[in-house]
Amino acid sequence: MKTAKARFRFKGGVHPAYHKELSCAAPVRDLPLPGLLAVSMSQHLGAPAKCLVKPGDRVERGMKIGEKNGFISCAVHSPAAGVVKSVETVPTATGAMAPAVFIETDPSAKGGVRLPRIDWRKASPADIVQRAEECGICGMGGAGFPTAVKISPPKGSKCDFLILNGAECEPYLTADHRLMLECPERVRVGAEILRRALGGPAVRIAVEENKPDAIAALEKAFAGIDGDVEITVLPCLYPQGSEKHQIRAVTGRIVPEGALPISTGCVVENVSTAAALADAVEAGEPLVSRITAVTGDGVSSPCNVRAPVGTRYSELCAFAGGETGKVAKVISGGPMMGFNVPNLDIPTTKTTSGLLFLTEASVFEYSSSPCIGCGRCMRACPMNLSPAEISRCVESGDIGGAEALWVMDCIECGSCSFSCPARRDITQHCRRAKASIRAARAIEAAKAKAAAKA
Amino acid sequence: MKPKGPSESYILSSSPHARAPSSVRDIMLDVITAVLPAIVCGIAFIWRADPAAGLHAALVTATCVSTCILAEMLCRRAMKREQTVGDLSCVVTGLLLAATLPPDVPLWMCIAGSLFAICIAKQVFGGLGYNLFNPAAAGRAFMLISFTGAMTTWSRSGWLSSFTAPLMSQATKQGTAADAVRSLAEKFAEQPLTVDFATTATPLGVLKSGYAAELSVWNWDFLNTLFAGNINGSIGEISALALLVGGVYLLVRKVISWHVPATFLGTMALFAFFAFPSPVSFCDSLSARSAYALVHLLTGGAIIGAFYMATDMVTGPFSDRGKLVFGAGCGAITMIIRLYGAYPEGVSFAILVMNAFVPLIDRFTRPRPFGWREARKLEKAKAAAAKSK
Repeated sequence: MKTAKARFRFKGGVHPAYHKELSCAAPVRDLPLPGLLAVSMSQHLGAPAKCLVKPGDRVERGMKIGEKNGFISCAVHSPAAGVVKSVETVPTATGAMAPAVFIETDPSAKGGVRLPRIDWRKASPADIVQRAEECGICGMGGAGFPTAVKISPPKGSKCDFLILNGAECEPYLTADHRLMLECPERVRVGAEILRRALGGPAVRIAVEENKPDAIAALEKAFAGIDGDVEITVLPCLYPQGSEKHQIRAVTGRIVPEGALPISTGCVVENVSTAAALADAVEAGEPLVSRITAVTGDGVSSPCNVRAPVGTRYSELCAFAGGETGKVAKVISGGPMMGFNVPNLDIPTTKTTSGLLFLTEASVFEYSSSPCIGCGRCMRACPMNLSPAEISRCVESGDIGGAEALWVMDCIECGSCSFSCPARRDITQHCRRAKASIRAARAIEAAKAKAAAKA
Repeated sequence: MKPKGPSESYILSSSPHARAPSSVRDIMLDVITAVLPAIVCGIAFIWRADPAAGLHAALVTATCVSTCILAEMLCRRAMKREQTVGDLSCVVTGLLLAATLPPDVPLWMCIAGSLFAICIAKQVFGGLGYNLFNPAAAGRAFMLISFTGAMTTWSRSGWLSSFTAPLMSQATKQGTAADAVRSLAEKFAEQPLTVDFATTATPLGVLKSGYAAELSVWNWDFLNTLFAGNINGSIGEISALALLVGGVYLLVRKVISWHVPATFLGTMALFAFFAFPSPVSFCDSLSARSAYALVHLLTGGAIIGAFYMATDMVTGPFSDRGKLVFGAGCGAITMIIRLYGAYPEGVSFAILVMNAFVPLIDRFTRPRPFGWREARKLEKAKAAAAKSK
């Protein structure tokens, strides 16, 4: 076990103002159980879970209410005991519609459903994968990729590095920071379980250098661990938390374009995910709550709160002392990749790492002007694309041109738009191009399928 | 807390919600800040020798800038588009154009050049961001073609000789090598910017005897004069030092990168070094060749072209690799025009020619995505594996 500075760095990236001081010193507090929870069936990447309950059903804490519905999908559990009021299709933070189970909670109920404890020291990788699947564990960094899929590498591939992502490179967010600081031993258990599931790879815990207290806490918790374990201190650079770029920074390896990290022998899991997996294995507890940073200059007392998934944003806002000043934007997630929401009725999910309230003063208003070709987006792009040219293509309706410029490799990190002096919505142009290309490819695939049938 | 109704919902926009503070206007302000010292220095030097000439030089600058601003406003109004004077790009064009003009050029010519720069080179294409050619370089090229006489002959007023007199006296004190330098200095005094370098090579060639003496003269009188600004030239080109200070400022502020200036000037220097028509062997003429290369870098519009015009973002390539190609092309074409062309100075033409190549350069120097090479390797490995099976 050692601590070392990252030996590599990826090309590109930007330095947005961090604003982490607002909430990084606030200890995590538990949210009092809300009266109504809206548990979405689409909290993860992939197909929404299949709803298992109907209005009027009684649910217990930890009861499975949504079933994995496809290879890349994830189970959903009830965060509290209560009665299902309704199952409705409601907007999620992204604006997409997904079914959600509305649960009227019962504060008097005690206990709940728990799976038997597994002794991970003796468990087989298959047991651990199965437990991750049963407990509905998915990546908690933002994308929500089902963990069970990630930790069962395809046949023939070998995992050399397990990277625990504690970079938290998005401005404002402090949830992972607090977790590493307050519960580093859970991260350690999670790391050991993941290591076992993956066949004993080297472990790297990647933390940005602006969290020295978290690094110290991790060093203490990981002391005496056997095997090749290292806390890798990364420089502050957005998007340091991006999977491919973290692999580059930590191991020096480069994931081939269009391939998964496992093709270079790496698996990246968020530190919160590791902690959740530790709970699932050691306590049989499904993933039904998470830490969310409620922060920004638009709330009275920015804080870190552990809330059940399905908590509506209005409850989190009230817990943080309510709005202050004229709040202009509410963002689910960080300011670089987060989605802003029209109202506070949206419920949290397993991936809601932060909720930002920004007042008019800190909302950047701009109007776009033509590209002046300064190339800053190109220098900022961590995928080494040519965002300005993609943006020009999309603006003139040339989606094919954007495709030829590798727009499908775009990770939508927002570095291009961030650095653009002409304030162009480059990231949005990339998203538009990607959506069009995906739709076109889906049509092509359907046609090919129909032709094959006929 | 009162829940918000649909009528009072929060602002909706796409991510990222954070933006870097630097704007187009900030970039233009940086360029203005960088080029102003050179222009002020130039005007001051001319003023010191002849206040009337200095005043005219100041008027030339003011005319170019104000005409550019007015032309931009009128064009935008005529095209019924939003006003863009606020981005200050027209001020940059005016200043850069003025910096490359002889101090005594008639004001009406300045107006014509500025109008061409803004209306034809910039706004006809759609304004800032859409123009293919550098407006200032286009304006200067237009003036050079239309008013060749006024753009290439220089008034023989007193301030010229007052610049070169100390140089001359210094030169007379030295021996044979100094004679050669003097003849070179005289050439500069007669036709400073317009020196046909094919003929200046002759006095340089004379330097073959007594290199040591020549070097001391080169270092401390002649080059120093060129560098710090005591020789005749265009308004902004009088002090290479002030231009370089501005260039370094732009580099530090990351408005420009080193790629274009380095390859532009580097190519020019190499070209001059090897193209030097020397009567002696290559090894014996090394110092003369170096001096010759330095003279090329420090005279005419080389520095202003390399740091301020060829680095124009709109009309240059995106990628760093592209910038290397672009800068090298500018340098080579400049030297070809200077040494073998009909015009004495080729910087603005070189930039315009390379501007036309930018789409092509962009196409061939586009960076490959992160992981692209690894993906190709993987493909190859798979193909090889399939073959061996």
